Amino acid sequence: MEKRIGFIRKILGNMIEVKVDFPIIQNEIGFVLSEKERLKAEVIKIQNDIVYMQVFEETGGLKINDGVEFSGQLLSVELGPGLLGQIFDGLQNPLPEVAKSCGFFLKRGIYKRALSIDTLWDFFPIVKEGEIVKAGYPVGYVNEYIFKHYIMVPFGLLGKFKVIWIAKEGKYNLETPIAKLENERNQIKEVFLKQDWPAKIPIRCYQERLKPKEPLITKMRLIDTLFPIAKGGTYCIPGPFGAGKTVLQQLISKHAQVDIVVIAACGERAGEAVEVLKTFPEIIDPKTNRPLSERTVIMVNTSAMPVSARESGVYTAVTVAEYYRQMGLDVLLLADSTSRWAQAMREMSGKLEEIPGEEAFPAYLESRIAAFYERGGIVRLYDGRIGSLTIGGTVSPAGGNFEEPVTQATLKVVGAFLGLSRERSDARRYPAIDPLISWSKYKGIIEEGARQDILKLLKEANNILQMMKVVGEEGILLSDFITYLKAEFFDSVYLQQNAFDPFDQATSNQRQIYIFNFIYEKIIKKDFNFKDKDNARYFFQVLIQLFKNLNSSAWQSSEFVEIENQIKEKLESIKNV
Amino acid sequence: MYKVYTQILEVRGETITVEAEGIGYREIAQIETSFGVSLAEVIKLEGKKVTLQIFAGSKGVSTKDKVRFLGHPLRIAFSQNLLGRIFDGKGNPLDKGPKLEDHLIDINTPPVNPVKRIIPKRMLRTGIPMIDLFNSLVISQKLPIFSLAGEPYNELLARIAIQAKVNIIILGGMGLKYDDYLFFKEKLEKEGTLSRSVFFVHTASEPPVECLLVPDISLAVAENFALEGKDVLVLLTDMTNFCDALKEISITMEQVPSNRGYPGDLYTQLARRYEKAVDFEGAGSITILSATTMPGDDITHPIPDNTGYITEGQLYLKGGVIEPFGSLSRLKQHVNDKTRKDHRTLMDTMIQLFAQYRQTLEKQAMGFQMTSWDKKLLKYGKLFEEKLMRLDVDISLEEALDLGWQILADCFLPQETGIRTSLIEEFWPKR
Repeated sequence: MEKRIGFIRKILGNMIEVKVDFPIIQNEIGFVLSEKERLKAEVIKIQNDIVYMQVFEETGGLKINDGVEFSGQLLSVELGPGLLGQIFDGLQNPLPEVAKSCGFFLKRGIYKRALSIDTLWDFFPIVKEGEIVKAGYPVGYVNEYIFKHYIMVPFGLLGKFKVIWIAKEGKYNLETPIAKLENERNQIKEVFLKQDWPAKIPIRCYQERLKPKEPLITKMRLIDTLFPIAKGGTYCIPGPFGAGKTVLQQLISKHAQVDIVVIAACGERAGEAVEVLKTFPEIIDPKTNRPLSERTVIMVNTSAMPVSARESGVYTAVTVAEYYRQMGLDVLLLADSTSRWAQAMREMSGKLEEIPGEEAFPAYLESRIAAFYERGGIVRLYDGRIGSLTIGGTVSPAGGNFEEPVTQATLKVVGAFLGLSRERSDARRYPAIDPLISWSKYKGIIEEGARQDILKLLKEANNILQMMKVVGEEGILLSDFITYLKAEFFDSVYLQQNAFDPFDQATSNQRQIYIFNFIYEKIIKKDFNFKDKDNARYFFQVLIQLFKNLNSSAWQSSEFVEIENQIKEKLESIKNV
Repeated sequence: MYKVYTQILEVRGETITVEAEGIGYREIAQIETSFGVSLAEVIKLEGKKVTLQIFAGSKGVSTKDKVRFLGHPLRIAFSQNLLGRIFDGKGNPLDKGPKLEDHLIDINTPPVNPVKRIIPKRMLRTGIPMIDLFNSLVISQKLPIFSLAGEPYNELLARIAIQAKVNIIILGGMGLKYDDYLFFKEKLEKEGTLSRSVFFVHTASEPPVECLLVPDISLAVAENFALEGKDVLVLLTDMTNFCDALKEISITMEQVPSNRGYPGDLYTQLARRYEKAVDFEGAGSITILSATTMPGDDITHPIPDNTGYITEGQLYLKGGVIEPFGSLSRLKQHVNDKTRKDHRTLMDTMIQLFAQYRQTLEKQAMGFQMTSWDKKLLKYGKLFEEKLMRLDVDISLEEALDLGWQILADCFLPQETGIRTSLIEEFWPKR
């Protein structure tokens, strides 16, 4: 093929303008040919014979009139067995491979194949010759850890195809054809164990999208009980710095009841990504009895890595997540943080001299955010299996103020809002999700009436607290004071969860339902008679301590039963006063 | 050969534009003006027009002045000879020592591959209970001190530097008052740590833009020492001046500001520097402590706000003490489970009770009647402030923990603290 080469005529940060004299595709990938390196770049705007590109690397040393070779390909993701357990950067460079050849640093212009070509996979065919298939149909599978990794007809094929040849059971690498397909116009297509798909286009090979109904258990009591997330739903976690967004996402990634977790660490601290990638291989998933890393794909683009790769990293991650959904699996994508992604868009928009919107974010910010979350969802595949992709994004609003464009645009499209507050994190009340501002449109594990009662109690207690600040403790009724203590008690022993306690950090849904009903029936709904406020406070202090002991004991162990009996005794004792 | 150009087309703010060819992006040039030679960096290329940012400022630049392109990005000489030396913000000696020119390294180094980092796990003890007990500092952490302009943040930095067990200390001063520079020099000299320190000092009297180089130079040098296996502590003071210099340049370049005039890439610019903090797998480490003065004590100001999103917590210095609220070490959980088993619980409990004490103070100020519980809290808060919070307290972590239990026992009954029974039995002081 003839080489298509353009020439740089302007450089500003990581934005370059290139003069070309041939047709160009929007979002096409090109390589800047500098003295020693080839730097990857993407077309983001075309104006007559000038192409605007974002370079995914530092641009130091580039010169006017350096060549740019266009590839004719869109920015795409390699999809196939071998993704699980891998650690990629935003352009799907496998970081351990890069480390092998470059050592400590990420040298620019080093691109490695995302998936290993040498690995042989045991392939099992599903379809027979003569069968009619279309894009997204499984033709066979390989085993990737505990999962059946389906090999599917390439998502980009249009129309129906007949299987004219399918490989026998055996060992194949990613570049050996395993099936041949033919359509009515006698076009023949080969199928491989891997396929490429453009990152910015959603994979839509399914019958229909369904309404998210089933709760996704995160084992975080505050979420599952009060603000549930649904399989195939979306949620966001906005919060000021230091409120625990990342810790919360990490806990969810460890405990959520899903098959596969895709983590997109986007423009955040390297240290946090390191924690995930060093500890996940060592944590055993109780559900599968296998290391957590075997069901995880990690995309790391830390804040020190080039900004434009940050923008594409989010799309790379969601594409990988969609790919596993196509296999009928429950997938969870965690994006931390979508604000950094939005900032990457802002930086590029500024360099393109577009008219800025609010806080200099581009006018298309909202539609980009909406389109991203819309890639989540629960779907019925062609063969009737159900797959889901749940998307959770953190938002880092400037100054912790939720009235800013990224938070507002996100709130419009998500199904659950878990807002973190500085007040709660300062008071060390973790998770710092503020029950007074958060909401969820999904159905959870607790009966709705009881859930509403609790939300009402928390609101009421907050009003009483505000009143106490004005009139003092002596200025309010004993009954109001007890309401306040009940809410404080519920907050301390149920909403707050100790992430460092082996038992308290994750509460199964059975345990949640049991404990919740116990507290709701025996404490919240009950009228207590106390002599005075000091008496009431002391009673609840003792109760809090007992429940804390309960929280750090194993579910239904002898210790658990013993503490439960102590609590029952304590509750009985007050009846007899 | 160096290319020399004499056609300066435009002088605007601290930038100039010349017509030149074959120039690389981020290349360094020397400008010879009648006031001396100044360094400049290419920040925009468009056709034949080359825009440079002049570190010494554009004052006195003539349109006839010579611009000499050096053909490489900014570099600094790196060797053991740096130790004990003092340089300005561009790497020229400020002491009487010789200029170093061997083994030049680029000051812009690529990011570290995350897979070559290790999880920080070594505690850096300071003898300050508010840090060791409540917000343990960890090797390879990046931690700013947020404070008002008048607070003793430089004293705190110096004290941590002297007490911390590290191999090398690098001080990057930006807009440093001359007195503060002398303070650091004398303090480190007195404690005998100057011989393992390197200073890069930009003082308040020099052009503000020149301080833009200080973090990069300091961190490039730190990185090379770390690769040799050394534990390096980098002190950057004051990062607010760095951010203001960034603002100045971006406005001159007609970039659309995002928030209060600061450029939209402020986060990325800060992250590129702070993220140099690292614990290398199989080599040394870089720990970064910085000072960020908060304009108007406003934590939502773009500088502390963006910093907070990048760094691993912050120390909030207010009224001469480290505030328990607002201060946070995000890495403390990596180390405080290996110190003593009561460390975490005691830390959480004492802070929760201290929060209640603050509420009680408010109530008291409004003239409400103090209940018996309030009185207990007031006693507790006073003891806490006197024995643990004051900056001149210098005790080991273990002593601080014992003191913490003693304070609790002096004020409360065990079950009022909400501490698990097993810990109470082991640690509650017996009368």
